[in-house]
Amino acid sequence: MFRRLETAGRVETVTVSVGGKPVTLPRGETAAAALVAAGEAVGRTTPVTGAPRGPYCMMGVCFDCLVMIDGAPNRQACMIEIREGMRIDRQDGARRLGG
Amino acid sequence: MTDIRDRQADIIVVGGGLVGSAIAYGLTRHAPRVMLLDEGDRAFRATRGNFGLVWVQSKGDGAPHYTHWTRNSQERWTDFAAELKARTGVDTHHENDGGLTLCLSEAEFLDRRALMERHRRDAGNRGFEYKMLRLPELRELVPEAGDSVYGASFTPYDGCANPLFTLRAVHEGFDQLGGIYRPDHAVVAIEHKDGIFRLETRHGTYEAPRVVIAAGNMTPGLARQVGLEIPLNPQRGEILVTERIAPFMRLPTQNMRQTVEGSIIMGDSKEDVGFDTATDTGVISDIAARAVTAFPILRDVPVVRAWAALRVLSPDGLPIYAESQTCPGAFATICHSGVTLAAAHANELGGWLMGADRPEAIAKLGPERFHVS
Repeated sequence: MFRRLETAGRVETVTVSVGGKPVTLPRGETAAAALVAAGEAVGRTTPVTGAPRGPYCMMGVCFDCLVMIDGAPNRQACMIEIREGMRIDRQDGARRLGG
Repeated sequence: MTDIRDRQADIIVVGGGLVGSAIAYGLTRHAPRVMLLDEGDRAFRATRGNFGLVWVQSKGDGAPHYTHWTRNSQERWTDFAAELKARTGVDTHHENDGGLTLCLSEAEFLDRRALMERHRRDAGNRGFEYKMLRLPELRELVPEAGDSVYGASFTPYDGCANPLFTLRAVHEGFDQLGGIYRPDHAVVAIEHKDGIFRLETRHGTYEAPRVVIAAGNMTPGLARQVGLEIPLNPQRGEILVTERIAPFMRLPTQNMRQTVEGSIIMGDSKEDVGFDTATDTGVISDIAARAVTAFPILRDVPVVRAWAALRVLSPDGLPIYAESQTCPGAFATICHSGVTLAAAHANELGGWLMGADRPEAIAKLGPERFHVS
């Protein structure tokens, strides 16, 4: 669905896991970029109706890209830069406390 | 050209918040032509900032008539919510499973028990059920209560509703019942002549033989023009809302509840700052700290919004229902429990406002109580 524009020269890369699948991207990209690069249009389902949601505004406004990052729920994927070994997982419904 | 009829009504309610709207909604059963004049988005709008409790257990210490009035409304709320849902399709999210007031020390717990006992004594034949729960019993209801919580009072009467959906439902219901709603019509002056009230707005003048001023914090200035002195002190309250989380709070407390959608709402600050609706970081952190003390599992839950609004408070904290002696047909009311009292306002005031005797239930809630004799 998404294809990266060609960039000049070699870039340093980072590998993260999206739903357990390794994805390699240039350093400095966001977790939301990793999600779409992995072909995942859906990062979560909503707490109220269970409707699917995925990265949309890519600038921290719409909160549609919430995912689990390294086990922490409700992270705004578009506002978080990827790190080597980061785990990005889909979040279904509302977060649970004390689980 | 607007028809002159568009500017006339049998009764005009000034104020489209939950108090004015509920009164106007109820009036449609008593008068064919009810008009509701509302301000615009710049108004103080306490309804929009409301916490959303339908609450009994802290109301009317030393003023049993107020407890009774509150319970009249609470007892009507379930039917009121069902009526609004059937008429408009809007769900007010009303819940009536009881409510808690948490106590953080034995001293608070004993004070609370004494208050509940006074309520029981004052309730007379009506009865007043309550339970004082120490932490182990409280945890049977809300297992997440923190170790710093000593206990809580519980009454089955308390509950909550979404104030925004309630307001929308009442407005839609009013419209469906033939009410005439005029937004952006702040009333700037009221003239009384030959038995007719003329209400001036930036969109022209409106006329009716009866007028009800239910304009929240703007009430005193308008009421004075129809011969009513309504003492009022705005009181700021700040509210925080967390992101949505899976349900864990089975019951609301006096200053925290979980919405149907999963957000935790916390608040209940009481600040004397005049007409200032700014938020204050010190107050916000106190509210958050108290919430984490009550429920430590909230420690890492992000707050996504905070706001402040102004309660509409009389000097004794009780509502005021006033009828003008010098301008017959004019009424004014203020109250800070617009959600709790909405069902009573919609059902019990219409006859009085159209000329019948004042309901006995509000006989002691007139402004005369503030007059020095």
